Amino acid sequence: MGKMRTQSAPWRAAAVLASVLLVGGVAACGNSDTGGGGGTKDDGKITMGFSQVGAESGWRTANTTSIKESAAAAGVELKFDDAQQKQENQIKAIRNYIQQKVDVIAFSPVVESGWDTVLKEAKDAKIPVILTDRSVDSADKTLYKTFLGSDFVKEGKLAGEWLVEQKKSATGTVNIVELQGNTGAAPANDRKKGFGEAIAANPNLKIIASQPGDFTRAGGKQVMEQFLKANPKIDVLFAHNDDMGLGAIEAITAAGKVPGKDITIITVDAVKDGMQALADGKFNFIAECSPLLGPQLMDLAKKVHAGEEVPPRIETEETTFTTEQAKEALPNRKY
Amino acid sequence: MNDTTSRYRTMIGHRLFWPAAVLFVMLAANTIYRPGFLSIELKDGHLYGTPIDILRLSAPLILVALGMTLVISTGGIDLSVGSLCAISGAIACMYISKQPDQNSLGVVLTALAMAMGIALVLGAWNGVLVAVIGIQPIIATLILMVAGRGLAQLITQGQIITINSEPFRAIGLGHLLTLPLAIFIALAAALLVAAFTRRTALGMIVESVGGNAEASRLAGIRSGRVVFLTYVLSAGCAAIAGFMMTANVSSADGNAVGLWVELDAILAVVIGGTSLAGGRFFLGGTIIGALIIQTLTTTVYAMDISPQTSLLFKAVVVIAVCLIQAPAFRARFRRRRRNVPPPATIADKPKEQVPA
Repeated sequence: MGKMRTQSAPWRAAAVLASVLLVGGVAACGNSDTGGGGGTKDDGKITMGFSQVGAESGWRTANTTSIKESAAAAGVELKFDDAQQKQENQIKAIRNYIQQKVDVIAFSPVVESGWDTVLKEAKDAKIPVILTDRSVDSADKTLYKTFLGSDFVKEGKLAGEWLVEQKKSATGTVNIVELQGNTGAAPANDRKKGFGEAIAANPNLKIIASQPGDFTRAGGKQVMEQFLKANPKIDVLFAHNDDMGLGAIEAITAAGKVPGKDITIITVDAVKDGMQALADGKFNFIAECSPLLGPQLMDLAKKVHAGEEVPPRIETEETTFTTEQAKEALPNRKY
Repeated sequence: MNDTTSRYRTMIGHRLFWPAAVLFVMLAANTIYRPGFLSIELKDGHLYGTPIDILRLSAPLILVALGMTLVISTGGIDLSVGSLCAISGAIACMYISKQPDQNSLGVVLTALAMAMGIALVLGAWNGVLVAVIGIQPIIATLILMVAGRGLAQLITQGQIITINSEPFRAIGLGHLLTLPLAIFIALAAALLVAAFTRRTALGMIVESVGGNAEASRLAGIRSGRVVFLTYVLSAGCAAIAGFMMTANVSSADGNAVGLWVELDAILAVVIGGTSLAGGRFFLGGTIIGALIIQTLTTTVYAMDISPQTSLLFKAVVVIAVCLIQAPAFRARFRRRRRNVPPPATIADKPKEQVPA
């Protein structure tokens, strides 16, 4: 008996894990609030199905609030679903919306790839799809009407260009470490790309380590702790969002260094906590990534519903902040 | 068979030998890659270095895995621990953030007591579902795993709650005798659990319930009560782990705190040699298992293994660890190499052979 058990333990573990993932996926779709018959009513009111990535950061919450508020203001009936960072949840939500025959489907893809089948289903059902905030890598661009969101490559580029400007008189090598977002997510891929392209202008600027911190404070902190130990000389930190930067600040302080002085910190997003850190001089530069795209989204939904042509790519309006600008902007910051 | 070989046999036959060997190899590989990996220095009056990071960061996993070990040894499983971490952290941070003086010890203790109380109630809910109503543990705890994340987000209203409380911070980042306080908390919990299970009959009772709940009941053990208790204990451990995780970054993130920690904990338990079928458990093995998992994560960052390959790297190491620590696999490997039947090691020896 005892021997048998020990023998099968790893296989049992594998089986249990597999069933956990399976059941977890099935059960997780039960918590969406996509229920209710819904469907197109003849009162001319637009019904929109929206699938959000999750609520992983203050940025995302502000994004959700903006969409909900502007839907109410524009008289759009919104069916909202939180995918909790899982693509399978999001695909299920989109299929639900197709069955409910909503007028417009909008969603922020959790990852870039693997959307062709479900988008094809939406297209066959003649429901227009709008991508918000993050894009997909489908070769067939007719699968969705438009992509409304920030240009992540540009954000990375703005961050990189600022650094090139700051370090233009540097003679020695400038060691840069990078905290990436979730592996495979569009903002992580694009910010990395844009930043890399911009700093290529100066061969002295060198990325010596780059690891994913999963856009969370705990992740950013844990990775930065190891960066600091493995690399005695770090001059610059580029974090793909504010939260990872905030976590990294703690690791840098614990290592006996001064964030913002010993290590120049550049992040993307400009959420309130990040802006506070920038105003306090712990961050040095933030490239903004605005979450307030609700009003633009509702406008687009009305246009595509009316059958109007819309440009395939629409950018949200964004800027950058230095410490002085952060001090000025902070009192009026919404998120 | 001379004395040296028999001592050698006894050592590699010890159930902790292989997990410990794996941990040693991982640390050695890291040290070869970067000689400074194991170096520790004194900074601001406490020790600073990668080994200390591993200890501090593995503390929450050790706690969660401790509770998980007992649950698994009764033949159950607790998937809700990750969500419980998030809930307890969220409640504590939410309460502290609403107080005028966040640094007051009283406020922090009230917050901890409140969060712990609710976690224990939720653990009791799991226990009732499994022990009283008789739902399959994997399904019963799945309910709280899914609903609990939502609950944590309701508490934090979907925001990351940032607090500024030194006493709370100390749970995750404080120091005692130059070492992280978190590891002492985890060790204290481990010693407490060990004392209660191995110095009293409780451990044997838990194992007998896991071996055969009905037979134990007929033998006079209240199986239901024992099972119920393990779920409450697991929730308690998860709550403390949740405090550590949130204190580590002084903020409660309903989404990220304790995400997937249940799977890491199950893995730690399995690596430690506890059978998923229930009936026997090894607390020491679980602790080493948790250390292996954290070392693995830290290795990826320290060696700067590219994100695209790091998951594969982890998977390969985990499979290797699971195979190496399985006596059956080692026996088969040895047989093939020497082409002779394997000598029965201590772990292999079937206990049922003794005639009644």
